[in-house]
Amino acid sequence: MTEIPEHLLQRAKERRARLSGQGGGASTGDPGATESQASADDGEKIPAHLLQRSAEAGGQGAAAAASVATAAPATAAPATAAPVAAPGPAAVGPAGHTQRLLTVVKAGSIQDVKATPSDKVHVWPHLLVVEFVAALSMTAFLLVFSMFVNAPLLGLANPNLTPNPSKAPWYFLGLQELLTMFHPMVAGVTIPGMGLIALGAAGYIDKNPSQKPEDRKFAVTILTVFLMFWATLVIIGSFFRGEGFNFIMPWEQGVHDIFDF
Amino acid sequence: MAKQITRGKGNGTGAKQRVPGERLAKVQGSALWTSIFRPGSIFRKGYTDSPRNRSYVIMNSVLFHLHPVKVKRHAVKVSYTLCLGGLSFFLFIHLTVTGIFLMFFYRPTAAQAWNDISSLQTSVTFGLLVRNMHRWAAHLMVLSVFLHMARVFYHGAYKPPREFNWVIGIILLTLTLLLSFTGYLLPWDQLALWAVTVGTNMMGYTPVFGSQVRFVLLGGAEIGTDTLLRWYVLHVLMFPFFIVIFMAIHFWRVRKDGGISGPL
Repeated sequence: MTEIPEHLLQRAKERRARLSGQGGGASTGDPGATESQASADDGEKIPAHLLQRSAEAGGQGAAAAASVATAAPATAAPATAAPVAAPGPAAVGPAGHTQRLLTVVKAGSIQDVKATPSDKVHVWPHLLVVEFVAALSMTAFLLVFSMFVNAPLLGLANPNLTPNPSKAPWYFLGLQELLTMFHPMVAGVTIPGMGLIALGAAGYIDKNPSQKPEDRKFAVTILTVFLMFWATLVIIGSFFRGEGFNFIMPWEQGVHDIFDF
Repeated sequence: MAKQITRGKGNGTGAKQRVPGERLAKVQGSALWTSIFRPGSIFRKGYTDSPRNRSYVIMNSVLFHLHPVKVKRHAVKVSYTLCLGGLSFFLFIHLTVTGIFLMFFYRPTAAQAWNDISSLQTSVTFGLLVRNMHRWAAHLMVLSVFLHMARVFYHGAYKPPREFNWVIGIILLTLTLLLSFTGYLLPWDQLALWAVTVGTNMMGYTPVFGSQVRFVLLGGAEIGTDTLLRWYVLHVLMFPFFIVIFMAIHFWRVRKDGGISGPL
């Protein structure tokens, strides 16, 4: 049961006191007597006349010896007499009230605010400005870089002239490195296939809900090792592989073709 | 607002004075102009910096409404995202624009491809520059998509509720690599031919139906003019078509999953 807020109780009490003051003053002209009656009522949650009425109704079924003692002075007759006995108090409250506070529904139970306030900023201008600057810088970099470094265009393709070494595009050089260690099916299909599947399933495998790096040392370590391993293979494949895909130092053949990729 | 602009400071000279911005205000007030720029556009007359107009800028623009009206404060920090996802998308647009330019001067046959690229570089205005930009932007896109993946992993953003969008991201990474690889063959020079030979030989080792995979990819037993046509179509039409669809899902899911992941 919801408890009634203090200020409402207070207001009801004042109202009751005032009404009983008026009613009492008109009928008996003895304010002191009504005051004491009102204060006596205060302690009780249920008005006296209602208690009485329920006792009368209950008395009909449960004719216990204890209840008879209280009920006897009020009703000698059965419950049918009760409405006749108390018509006045039933129509009007204990102190002339025509309304009664039944319950108080607190705001929280009907207006459940789920959204918690968060710190947000407008996309325009805060995010769009950042994106615009990033896009502009990227364009500027590309333009300047492209003015000074030409894309490679070697001689016409000739299927009868195999260059030595023949290299895949740089992002596949890790796989080409693996080709020197494993069977082509393992290096070219199994390892990259399994790697991509494992990477895609990361969100389903990793059950740790935390995003904080200190809580997920294992995941962070795994990815870092994987990235370093891959970067190392790509660098070796790009710069440390000479004729016959043998290991060489990058300066042994010069770096004239460093942008040929 | 408009009155202030057209009447100047109102110093009571009475004569018609030219006030800077008067003509612009007139153009901005025209029916044509207001029909083009929707309410809240920064180009509309009387744009003021208010929270309502800031929202309208996003909502009433076909380009900007990829974004929500508001984002979490930490999501704006460059140090959090490093702009990598956005730059990948921007590089894709850049590659589309430069790629369309290159298509005007290129025929995908073994007899013409190399000559077309060669004359593009020597006799087409800005041909060399645009080709360079296309090439370097392609490598940068592979790099930025890869780094974007690493950034997302390190921030734990692949975890629920974003686990499916992470899968879409892996598909996008694969498509990016395929786009780059199919473009590698098109200049039809020694670098292209032999890099693709190495790559497709590896794919030929696919278990069970390896030789079939290789045959379909090459359009024959050896790399030739049929391969060139096949990879050209893959490069300019099929993979871009797929990557645009997956990008749309990717961006849409970013918002549906509650924006980018929270601060660490």
